[in-house]
Amino acid sequence: MFDIAVIGGGIIGGSILRELTKYSLSVCLLEKENDVCMGQSKANSGIVHAGFDAKPYTLKAKFNILGNKMMKKYARELGVKYYNNGSLVVAYNEEEQLALKDLYNRGISNGVKKLKIINEKKLKKLEPNISDTAKSALLAKTGGIICPYELTIACIGNAMDNGAKLFTNFEVVSAKKNNDHFDIISKDNQNVQAKIVINACGLGSEKVANCFGDTSIEIGGRKGEYILLDNKCNGYFKKTIFKTPTAKGKGILISPTVDNNIILGPTAEETDTDDTSTTIDGLNLIKLNVNMMAKNVPLNNCITSFSGIRAYSKTHDFIIKESESVKGLINVCGIESPGLTSSPAIAKYVVSEIVSKLLVLEKNKSFNPKRKPDYFFKRLSIKQKNKIIKDNPSYGKIVCRCEQITEGEILRALRENPKACDVDGIKRRTRAGMGRCQGGFCSPSVVDLISKELNIPLEEITKKGKDSKILIGKEK
Amino acid sequence: MEKTFTCIECPLGCTITAKREKDELLISGNTCPKGKAYVEAEMTEPKRILTTTVKLKNGNMLPVKTDKAIKKENLFLAMKKISLLCFSSPIKIGDILVENFLDGANLIATDNAF
Amino acid sequence: MIKYDLVIIGGGPAGLASAISAYDSGTKNILIIEREDKLGGILKQCIHNGFGLTRFKESLTGPEYAYRFIKEVEKRKIDYKLNTTVLSLTKSKTITAINGDGIVKIKAKAIIISTGARERSRGALNIAGSRPAGIFSAGTAQKFANIKGYLVGKKVVILGSGDIGLIMARRLTLEGASVLAVAEIMPYSSGLKRNIAQCLNDFNIPLYLNHTISKIEGKDRVTAVEISQVDSNKNVIKDTAIKIPCDTVLFSVGLIPENELLDKTGIEMSPKTKGAIVFQNRETSVDGIFACGNCLQIHDLVDFVSEESELAGISATDYINNKHKEKDVIEVAQNENLAYVLPQKINKNIKGDIKFYFRVKNEFRNCLIEASSNGVVYFSKKKPVCTPGEMESITLPFDKIANLVDKIKISLYAK
Repeated sequence: MFDIAVIGGGIIGGSILRELTKYSLSVCLLEKENDVCMGQSKANSGIVHAGFDAKPYTLKAKFNILGNKMMKKYARELGVKYYNNGSLVVAYNEEEQLALKDLYNRGISNGVKKLKIINEKKLKKLEPNISDTAKSALLAKTGGIICPYELTIACIGNAMDNGAKLFTNFEVVSAKKNNDHFDIISKDNQNVQAKIVINACGLGSEKVANCFGDTSIEIGGRKGEYILLDNKCNGYFKKTIFKTPTAKGKGILISPTVDNNIILGPTAEETDTDDTSTTIDGLNLIKLNVNMMAKNVPLNNCITSFSGIRAYSKTHDFIIKESESVKGLINVCGIESPGLTSSPAIAKYVVSEIVSKLLVLEKNKSFNPKRKPDYFFKRLSIKQKNKIIKDNPSYGKIVCRCEQITEGEILRALRENPKACDVDGIKRRTRAGMGRCQGGFCSPSVVDLISKELNIPLEEITKKGKDSKILIGKEK
Repeated sequence: MEKTFTCIECPLGCTITAKREKDELLISGNTCPKGKAYVEAEMTEPKRILTTTVKLKNGNMLPVKTDKAIKKENLFLAMKKISLLCFSSPIKIGDILVENFLDGANLIATDNAF
Repeated sequence: MIKYDLVIIGGGPAGLASAISAYDSGTKNILIIEREDKLGGILKQCIHNGFGLTRFKESLTGPEYAYRFIKEVEKRKIDYKLNTTVLSLTKSKTITAINGDGIVKIKAKAIIISTGARERSRGALNIAGSRPAGIFSAGTAQKFANIKGYLVGKKVVILGSGDIGLIMARRLTLEGASVLAVAEIMPYSSGLKRNIAQCLNDFNIPLYLNHTISKIEGKDRVTAVEISQVDSNKNVIKDTAIKIPCDTVLFSVGLIPENELLDKTGIEMSPKTKGAIVFQNRETSVDGIFACGNCLQIHDLVDFVSEESELAGISATDYINNKHKEKDVIEVAQNENLAYVLPQKINKNIKGDIKFYFRVKNEFRNCLIEASSNGVVYFSKKKPVCTPGEMESITLPFDKIANLVDKIKISLYAK
């Protein structure tokens, strides 16, 4: 029996899980997919928002500001790349310039620091590729970028290093309160018992709340499509560029990523399925928008397109509280943007303000906040690289040419918490296959490495679990 | 009756026309004698070189080919026969793996296996 | 720091041919750096025949063609390092490479880049739909099939009629898969005509010209694709979609020269070829750094890769021996019907006829190809048909070049 079961291995579940391991509790994470970070946490803009956008006095505003302040240290502890590159909300006409003023005022009232409106000249000097029609911009120096799946995996890995247990392919279908604990039943009839349950299931959180008998959660889905440009385009924009927001949301952005790509998107389309297909219309809409926002957009350097579904609560604010109808169930749902930014602050709040009222919290003295260092082999000095290769020659064998990822890093991803077990899992942990050839060269080697390390036949290896086998079988 | 063919003998890929007049086969459009021979064969008994792989005992694959063209209609039969084969290395490029494999062609290794 | 007279980056067909010719022209101190565990490059997995018809007058398979060169390299005892990847190089010709021994620095007098090409991926085309397993570039499927011995799918649709895709259509069919369709966005095939005949027609595989994949379906593994007609701007025409249930999609939509090293080194690149801008001896904008093979321009036939690479090998020897260091430069221009012309520059101090390679932008009939300067036509030839799928060439005698004072322009006119 666990003290606490967190359901949902995204950034919210992951950061809460890690926060819980700071205390002497037995905790586990239940994830319905073959790997963690398979939902909206793997397909979003990766922006650490400054906090001017959220409506004042909402949970979104509160946690955005707090999370933004925490992110730098948080990322450093977890060994995750984070850049405080700053963001710009650009006004392209007079109406938008007026809206920019409102946004500035909102930011100030939310408590955003280092916020100012800059004129056309300054803007064009900062970002020479901005469209000639740009008039002015709101500059938020506290805006940043982070890789959402890198952060999620690091949180969960660190939590596991500190004792948390992970159950993958555990899709919760029913739950029963049994005196002091819940019996949580999976689709294939596994049973996990926990005294407290945290529902952090993103798009699935309404369904999971229902399993526990809480019918108060109402979740909607909004699909966002993205286009990703080659790291050749590094430097095309240094800051994150937003259009002036409208009632429909923050709109399409242009941003560098921490891995030197440029990300374009997202679109925003209501959806009631979990189908993350991209569409011709969606991709065209992105192209149309970015060509209005900027000039010389290097769209011919596109390497992939993808989409994610943002789960939002019909209350249009985050839901972070113990269920009123089901004691011991804590709902952390509807965490749409700025959810990634807010995640460290939400985790802290959930544990210190909600869990603490249900359980006695005792510090875990052996908690180690740090993940193992030297995760980005490519970025090390020659001396450091040579030392690692000497101990382990597999770090001298490049497997992914585009991102220069070594065999050593891939083996490590298969051995380290949370262990990768499919091709996409390797990709998210190491970036092998993330580059311009999109796995064309390295996927046969990656499949081989997984097969050898996990001792399973080649034809059993999947792209992302379940029925996603890469190969049909042996030829002869 | 007139039939057109794309010659597969070389990258030029000539479009060749064959016309049967009484007992004579009239061939035009070819740039070389190989083209003529190809179309003559296509009209009577089309043949193809087969390139594929065979299993090795060490689990690796070895590329092989028929050293002569075999009947086109026998390609799948040949594949079936090959699927039952398994060889031990070392094998040298050019080694005959199966003599008189099919239609008078041998099956030969097209790479070394150590 | 290790020192060599000549370092060749890439041990595929281009690197092997350039090593042999550099050796035979007098450079004995050569190192070939190869990132894979065997020499031969992509030929290792091209087990089909049809290679070497121009060069050896016989039809070889890829491994056989490669072996002819590997044997010659071994015979000359030319050094090579396998499982070694070059991370960077400098204009002063210092190479940083990585392998199981660590990071090595190598100083060279001359460098030949022969890094080959990579396949354009699904992502680069922005094909809409889901992202399940079962989507491969044709070359990846070829590696799984021919090197590893595994089948990538049973019901296959191929986008693009590039040669690798056509070859894989036949290969997978022979291995028991059904290839249901090949869709080509252009009004003509981009592969060789004989491959349409022997890979598609032989097995009754339909080719849909002016079609593209408008959607990929399937959550875990591909379950279907939609193929749609395109208009003259290559945009999908709505309501023309046909749904084809399948489990696999292969992409054979062109090769892109692999030039990350040159890009990072600041060597002048051509946006047209996506390779380096070179003189007729295949020297790049940096003295003593040469490029050849598919990293320079995408060739249809390996025979021409070998030919071009031998030229680069001899040029490297000349450079090491201090020949042709002075440059008397003539620029090469082209007319609007051509996609590119290579070489892009001429050094008049290098004696010898010049073979210009080019590709056309569209299919042209009754073509007149001309080399002219200042309105004076120096050379011309006629060709009945030119298609973008086939590389063309025109050779200009050196005596005509010696008198040039201004740009030379290669033009193609269709009557």
